[in-house]
Amino acid sequence: MIQVKELTKKYGSKSVVENVTVDIQPGMITSFIGPNGAGKSTLLSMVSRLLNADTGEVLLDKADVRRWKSDEFAKRVSILKQSNYMNVRLTIRELVAFGRFPYTKGRLNDEDNVKVDEALAYMNLEDLQHNFLDELSGGQRQRAFIAMVIAQDTEYILLDEPLNNLDMKHSVQIMKILRKLVDELGKTVVIVLHDINFASVYSDRIVALKDGRVVKDGPTHDIINSEALKDIYDMDIPVQEQNGCRICVYFNS
Amino acid sequence: MKIRYLLPITIVLAIISLFVGAYDIAPKDLLNLQSEEAQIFYISRIPRLMAILLAGAGMSIAGLIMQSLSRNKFVSPTTAGTLDATRLGILMAMMFFTNATYFQKISFAFIFALAGTFLFMQILNRIKFKDAVFIPLIGLMFGNILSSITTFFAYRADIIQNISAWLMGDFSLIMQGRYELLYISLPVIILSYIYAQRFTVAGMGEDFAKNLGLSYKSIVNLGLTLVALVSTTVVLTVGMIPFLGLIIPNIVSIFKGDNLSKTIPHTALLGMSFLLACDILGRVIKYPYEIPINLTVGVIGSAIFLIMLFRGRAYA
Repeated sequence: MIQVKELTKKYGSKSVVENVTVDIQPGMITSFIGPNGAGKSTLLSMVSRLLNADTGEVLLDKADVRRWKSDEFAKRVSILKQSNYMNVRLTIRELVAFGRFPYTKGRLNDEDNVKVDEALAYMNLEDLQHNFLDELSGGQRQRAFIAMVIAQDTEYILLDEPLNNLDMKHSVQIMKILRKLVDELGKTVVIVLHDINFASVYSDRIVALKDGRVVKDGPTHDIINSEALKDIYDMDIPVQEQNGCRICVYFNS
Repeated sequence: MKIRYLLPITIVLAIISLFVGAYDIAPKDLLNLQSEEAQIFYISRIPRLMAILLAGAGMSIAGLIMQSLSRNKFVSPTTAGTLDATRLGILMAMMFFTNATYFQKISFAFIFALAGTFLFMQILNRIKFKDAVFIPLIGLMFGNILSSITTFFAYRADIIQNISAWLMGDFSLIMQGRYELLYISLPVIILSYIYAQRFTVAGMGEDFAKNLGLSYKSIVNLGLTLVALVSTTVVLTVGMIPFLGLIIPNIVSIFKGDNLSKTIPHTALLGMSFLLACDILGRVIKYPYEIPINLTVGVIGSAIFLIMLFRGRAYA
């Protein structure tokens, strides 16, 4: 289990994340939502060790993440940041094979190759595996990165706005895959999401941030209602139920 | 672009290189070790060939590492101020010790090359606007600033001519006893092959490397140290060879991608054969006189570079 305790990060005198305490429940999708500049990505970066917190701590299995050995940590927790800056010409297979790096330090054995094959198959990328990343569409590239994380075989998968620049079809595709990772493979997924309706339909828990603080934290049903949304976004957002999904109709509110 | 084509091309060019020159040497002359032909062959031609091979492979791989670590296709020892910093280092050695020994020059040049490259990478980290062509422009400006400092002090100390010698890459002065420093490139090449996958991972960005449990900083430090080592040895023995570290890795990347563990052998072979071809050309074009290597490489290299700029904007 990952526990975030009284975490604070400041840039200059401005707190980007202030005194945040959150538990990441295993075996679930947890979404971080909130307005721009709420500190969602910063929080995710600190949980994954990409950023150091100023005060407070992040615990993985009750041990401070900064005390974990970096390759052991990389076998437990993986993070995908927005991959819009990518000009490296690697094939999909080469990228996915890098997911095995924490285990192999670069020398793949048969077992690793099987893991890579499985990850490619899981993401339906077998036919494309020898194509270069820069020849792919945005959706295919995002799938390739998720395949790498699957090959990395971590219990926790953290994603920073994985739907950025994706169209509706590919966004749905990615969210369904994340759901499958949790339901079929028992992974724990934490995502920063901009689109509140994707958070509503696909996540088990929602953590809402605003000005660096947690304003709501609970099961999705407790958060997706007009009152709670008013607190988070300062908007009156009607919520409609459609085929068992709660949809926020915020477009003209 | 396959090893089985590149390797024979390199070997053929190497043999041609051994038998082209102002002095006619036939293979049968070599049988008599005491003959003048054999002496020239062993004292001049073989060292020259080795120097070309080591410098060609070394500079190309140095460029490849820099492009990977800076995540920019147009960064190389030429376009990041590394070579200019090296030259400044040699100047400093000559100013501090009137009769600078070889070792003093090497150490100063290496320290300056390393510091210059680190400084450039620091500048890169602070720049928000990361346009592919903008970065090497900054590198060129940075190099020119270093270069003008060098010229200023060299002018005052009246050693402009000495310094100019290192500006001009030239293989014609390579002889036994004057090029052995270049063998430092050999372990560097081997090390870069061992660490190839780490360089590739670092080339995907700091976050990407950290996610896989790698220490980004130590990989970058190792990479830049290797680059500085190669640049120092090449500038000190041969002189500056422009564009080599820029165009060779880029050509390989177009065909083979950016996975260093796959592309380092190709980069080394293409670098060697390109430099061999340029050197042979320089030796026959005005036979029996020679055109220095930095001119032939400069002209051919800049032409290739321009072609790459025009067609490559999309992928760089």
